[in-house]
Amino acid sequence: MDSLRSERTAASARASFVSGLRTGSGLAAASFLLAVSFGAVSASQGWGHLAPVICSMVVFSGSAQFALLAVLGSGGGLMGAVASAALINSRFVPMGIAVAGDLRGGRFRRALEGQAVVDGSWAAAHLGGGRFDRYLLFGATAIQWPAWVAGTGLGVVVSPDPDLLHRLGLDVLTPALFVALLCDEVRKERLNRLPALLGALLAAGLVLFLPAGPALVGAVPAALVALARRPAAPAVSDTAAPAAPDTAAPDTAAPVVSDTAAPAAPDTAAPAVSDTAAPAVSDTAAPVVSDTASVAGPPVAGPPRRPGPPRRPGPAGEPGRPVRYDEEVPR
Amino acid sequence: MTLWLAIVAVAALSFAFKALGPALVGGRTLPPRARSVIALTAPALLAGFIVVDVLGPRWSAVDLTLIAGLAVVPVLVRTRAPLPVTLVAAVAVTALLRL
Repeated sequence: MDSLRSERTAASARASFVSGLRTGSGLAAASFLLAVSFGAVSASQGWGHLAPVICSMVVFSGSAQFALLAVLGSGGGLMGAVASAALINSRFVPMGIAVAGDLRGGRFRRALEGQAVVDGSWAAAHLGGGRFDRYLLFGATAIQWPAWVAGTGLGVVVSPDPDLLHRLGLDVLTPALFVALLCDEVRKERLNRLPALLGALLAAGLVLFLPAGPALVGAVPAALVALARRPAAPAVSDTAAPAAPDTAAPDTAAPVVSDTAAPAAPDTAAPAVSDTAAPAVSDTAAPVVSDTASVAGPPVAGPPRRPGPPRRPGPAGEPGRPVRYDEEVPR
Repeated sequence: MTLWLAIVAVAALSFAFKALGPALVGGRTLPPRARSVIALTAPALLAGFIVVDVLGPRWSAVDLTLIAGLAVVPVLVRTRAPLPVTLVAAVAVTALLRL
């Protein structure tokens, strides 16, 4: 049974990674174009050929790199440039805390795994209820990094007029992806509407007088609305049936039903159902049960692969057919 | 030289920011209330990304052509259009308005 389970975990890990690559390819396309303009602008500011590419390799954060570029370019000096780029990346602290529970290994390993967190991957890997698909995160980042570095190189070499990218409307790609991810997030769980709205308002207010990074960190307290709700509510939906020994407490048992029913209800009914049905029925009907049983016993290191989380359609994957890669698993 | 120092410093700080949460928080199971807050950071931050990207510092980046392109996205997502189609439509709307 153990081997069966690890086989299944391996298969779903690979499926997640592949799904991450697919999801990430849309993000990678947007990163690539943004990187081309970063390469072009930095080369035109006398960064030379090597520095922009190295910068993209080791910093790997569009907003921070553009901030560095802007402050150094306007004579802001070393400290000012580093401070503004660091402030922008301060958003990775709350994002890292959010994924922390779904990473594996000891401190050092988790710290390394946490390097896979970039905005798009982080959002795409969010399964709902604060749970993240670790392999989807890795896959989505694994395809964005080369795109980001290659785009920078191309921008340095070809040095296209940044105005051209703007005229073609390509700057809309990144925010458009985030809008699509947010639509997904809100459709998946209606509970997400209020924090999204509050987060938007907070960020809009704060960015009036703060740099982008602190404004983003300032949007995080919008999540505190969770405290005004039934404490167990959002935490439950993620643990639906089989998972998490830690929520097996009697008080969370009841809400499970009502809560998972709600988000799956009207518009997400179709994908959610077929999604869960495919893997659960075909190959894992038996293992799922034993899996859950064995999980309930020992305090497992991490959450077991759940048979049917409302698997995110994946922005780059075909939103209408989220099932596909799951169907491929049994073969 | 300043440039290289800046790159190294920003890379090191980014590494530290990303490492902080996983290194400190990961090993234990958080109480349900904390987890329910964490669950809602995703929509809050996603909305924040969009707003900050659209408005820019001191709302200096507001661009109606970009907003019009973005407005297409929820409409197409609702009709279950494939994502690439949605993105191309957004880019096309913005590009057309900028002609």
